[in-house]
Amino acid sequence: MIGHRIVFAALTAALAAPLAHAHETWLVPSSTVLSSTGYVTVDAAVSNQVFHFNHRPLQVGDGLTIHAPDGRTLQPENLVQGALRSVFDLKLDAAGSYRIAVANAAVMASWKENGQPKRIRGTAAEIAEKVPPGAADLVLREVATRIETFVTVGSPTELKPVGEGLEMVPVTHPNDLYAGEEVSFAFHANGQAAKQLKVAIVEGGTRYRDRLDKVELLTDEQGRIRHVFARPGLYYLNAVMTGKSPTNPDMERRLSYTATLEVLPQ
Amino acid sequence: MHKTVLFALGLLAATPARAAGMEIDIELPRIEVADYRRPYVAVWVERPDNSVAANLAVWYDLKMRNGEGTQWLKDIRQWWRRAGRDLQVPVDGLTSATRPPGLHRLGFTAGAAPLGELAAGSYRLVVEAVREHGGREVLTLPFDWPPREAAVREAGGERELGKVALHLKP
Repeated sequence: MIGHRIVFAALTAALAAPLAHAHETWLVPSSTVLSSTGYVTVDAAVSNQVFHFNHRPLQVGDGLTIHAPDGRTLQPENLVQGALRSVFDLKLDAAGSYRIAVANAAVMASWKENGQPKRIRGTAAEIAEKVPPGAADLVLREVATRIETFVTVGSPTELKPVGEGLEMVPVTHPNDLYAGEEVSFAFHANGQAAKQLKVAIVEGGTRYRDRLDKVELLTDEQGRIRHVFARPGLYYLNAVMTGKSPTNPDMERRLSYTATLEVLPQ
Repeated sequence: MHKTVLFALGLLAATPARAAGMEIDIELPRIEVADYRRPYVAVWVERPDNSVAANLAVWYDLKMRNGEGTQWLKDIRQWWRRAGRDLQVPVDGLTSATRPPGLHRLGFTAGAAPLGELAAGSYRLVVEAVREHGGREVLTLPFDWPPREAAVREAGGERELGKVALHLKP
């Protein structure tokens, strides 16, 4: 029994922990701005240093969606999962902006049945079906992650909000970022402005410098941040929102959002 | 009566010859590297708010198969953002082949494409050069339009551009 309790505590801690010891999760496209249609290749990894393949590949699987500018969904080509990274190619066949995203959402439930701990993971509907009514010590936890990057052929076009989970809604287009210019992004949680949300920005290449130089910004009443990227480069942007689910006060919720942004020289 | 009309016509005919204009000298330095490729170059006029008033010239590799030269146009980064990404190349009178090292003179006349009519005000002439396996350089020459008298603005590049001169003609 005590053994079970320890295992259960460890499981709960593991559940709560995933990004507490922040592993960075990211997608890096070979180009973000193109002047003609063609291929880009994308690296996807989980690391403990920004844009350095040093931990494990990102499982892209079912969570990967690539939105073309005309609303179509593109399929990745040559998807390979290596030891330290996943790789896929994308054929961009039309002008405009593409959203490449790995998004996953799940609900986890734990409870006790005849004194035994039970734990399952699934969609909200599956959980509602499988958890017995009146389950003892029921703990519900909702987790939604979204990892994105953007590529544009020709002129940038509108990137429509998804409306689910935590997301960045461009005010400044993410493929129109230049060093020394002020940019603005809005953050939405399930379509609503995410106020007072902490957004972290880290410039790539941390392994070539001594300090992380993380910038932390707080969103305003419209869920917006403003920022000036001092230098051109590849940037990692991340925000996490935790708290009670607004739809179910008994459910804990953790929403996270990550984007890779390329800032160009003037 | 006829004489007056003829005289008036004569005046009209004379006008273009006296239209304001500009000549631009662009020096592409000879760069001693094993793998030398001619640079892609864009020349344009922009307003103080960075908007493009006139797109004057774009030199890129027109000869590559299947228009593959266009895929490197984005590397003329500043131009790409200001004007290039909204254009369908090639454009008559604007785009042309890359040029060899040396001094190149371009001439433009007010009212005629691609310079067209510029409203009176302050402008910048921008020359951007970028070379495959090489670097990138942007030179900016501020000027006022229309020019009241003949004047020259000059700038010197350090890597991808040599001397760039703007000759303003009233």
